[in-house]
Amino acid sequence: MRDPLSKTIVTIQPSGIRKFFDIVSEMKDAITLGVGEPDFDTPWHIRDEGIYSLEKGRTFYTSNAGLKELKIEIGRYLARRYQVSYDYNGEILVTVGGSEAIDIAMRAMLDPGDEVLIPQPSYVSYEPCCILANGKPVIIELKAENQFRLTAEELEAAITPKTKLLVLPFPNNPTGAIMEKADLEAIAEVVIKHDLFVLSDEIYSELTYTDNHVTIASLPGMKERTILINGFSKSYAMTGWRLGYACGPEVIIKQMTKIHQFAIMCAPTTSQYAAVEALKNGDEDVAKMREEYNGRRRYLMHRFKEMGLECFEPFGAFYVFPCIKEFGMTSDEFVTELLQAQKVAVVPGTAFGSCGEGFIRISYAYSLDVLKKAMDRIEAFITDLRSGKK
Amino acid sequence: MREKILTFIEKNSRIDLKELAIMLGVEEAVVMNELEQMEAEHIICGYHTIIDWDKVGMEKVTAMIEVRVTPQRGMGFDKVAERIYNYPEVNSVYLISGGFDFMVTLEGKSLREVSQFVSEKLSTLDAILSTKTNFILKKYKDHGTIIAEQKKDERIQMTP
Repeated sequence: MRDPLSKTIVTIQPSGIRKFFDIVSEMKDAITLGVGEPDFDTPWHIRDEGIYSLEKGRTFYTSNAGLKELKIEIGRYLARRYQVSYDYNGEILVTVGGSEAIDIAMRAMLDPGDEVLIPQPSYVSYEPCCILANGKPVIIELKAENQFRLTAEELEAAITPKTKLLVLPFPNNPTGAIMEKADLEAIAEVVIKHDLFVLSDEIYSELTYTDNHVTIASLPGMKERTILINGFSKSYAMTGWRLGYACGPEVIIKQMTKIHQFAIMCAPTTSQYAAVEALKNGDEDVAKMREEYNGRRRYLMHRFKEMGLECFEPFGAFYVFPCIKEFGMTSDEFVTELLQAQKVAVVPGTAFGSCGEGFIRISYAYSLDVLKKAMDRIEAFITDLRSGKK
Repeated sequence: MREKILTFIEKNSRIDLKELAIMLGVEEAVVMNELEQMEAEHIICGYHTIIDWDKVGMEKVTAMIEVRVTPQRGMGFDKVAERIYNYPEVNSVYLISGGFDFMVTLEGKSLREVSQFVSEKLSTLDAILSTKTNFILKKYKDHGTIIAEQKKDERIQMTP
């Protein structure tokens, strides 16, 4: 029989998290801090709107690009929160989560051999999506001493004549790093100078703990070269609804809509109706969750300081990314031993790129009680490591 | 700062002060001072416990009583309310807009005890025109806390 598989797909490695997941799910009374989604339920009024739409029998396809009403609300939201204006008619596409938007943006924009700059550590899907779109991923290794922000120098150094697209994943999963306006201005200058485009994944934009998030699309000359990706998963605790969106120049959105039309048809209708409610009346829910996350973030930073574990202070998303280099183990070894010795599951930094070596990702999408127990166990673990008991 | 402290302790009055201070990013003394002051100013009026008495197996009956009254001359409703809320059996008294005047909640050991209180003490007050006693059959949610449900974390344990 012939090889049934595409040569491209078999070169792509599955996510490195799997093996830990298997151990954790077999383990009794393990505490896991490995989850990348909010612990809150979707606010009731949003769920209720979804239920209501089902009761009304709104169970049909919507138009390919999404419900008009939702696109209008997305436009209003982005203008209100981030001072960017998008025309609902042509510049906004509703997708199945931010994930689909990442995929189809790359497919719409890349030709074989086009280089895509991907700062790491970062979310796991950029590199595979780029490869599947025939692009060539070029990794930029972000550094702890820069608080895992992307600098103009790092960007400049990675650019070749083939560079077309820069992925900008901030606020960042797994590091929690953010990019402030001044950081973005420096990046924008380089992007414009080299005539690049930006895929700005802003799915954690509502979860910043200093100032309000700034989108690079709001900087002069950037809207026409930016695909802004956002969604409902993290801000409104709506991961399972699978709803996101992409905004950008009409020429790009038009082609993305074409792929979306043939591959997906349209985003889930129930979710779209619920999302309208989220955007109209959800600001307060978001503020409450943000406040809660911020408290937990401060608590974790405090505990790390107490136990002398090195960690830069992250100001975004719901992750902290402490450094474990002092123990002379790889991230993988550290995570495996922590799991076996103290039954606490965290994610090795290497799951988000090889430059995550020496770090672990801890999610604080958990109640304070869970975090407290987990921190006690981690403290016991590293105390043992330091005293040479392990 | 006050609002932030209150938001946290409204849901969990037993939170450790040190932890609360850490979570708010301030000194412990600041939180302590604010709490003391708010107690003194009677902004914080008490710290109570939400109990599912059904599970303890202790008989308890709660009634919500709609009360219509004639306001006392010169005193309005306040004087009448005072005569009601001074009974230790009475849990809460609210002045209500709409078809009646006060909503009184009452806890007793048995139906008989509650009805005795209503017929002998409450109804006999001068200002009371009528009462309507509603017994609570099941408590689903109290003080913002869902009583029955104990949710499990159903998320996949590890996701990127």
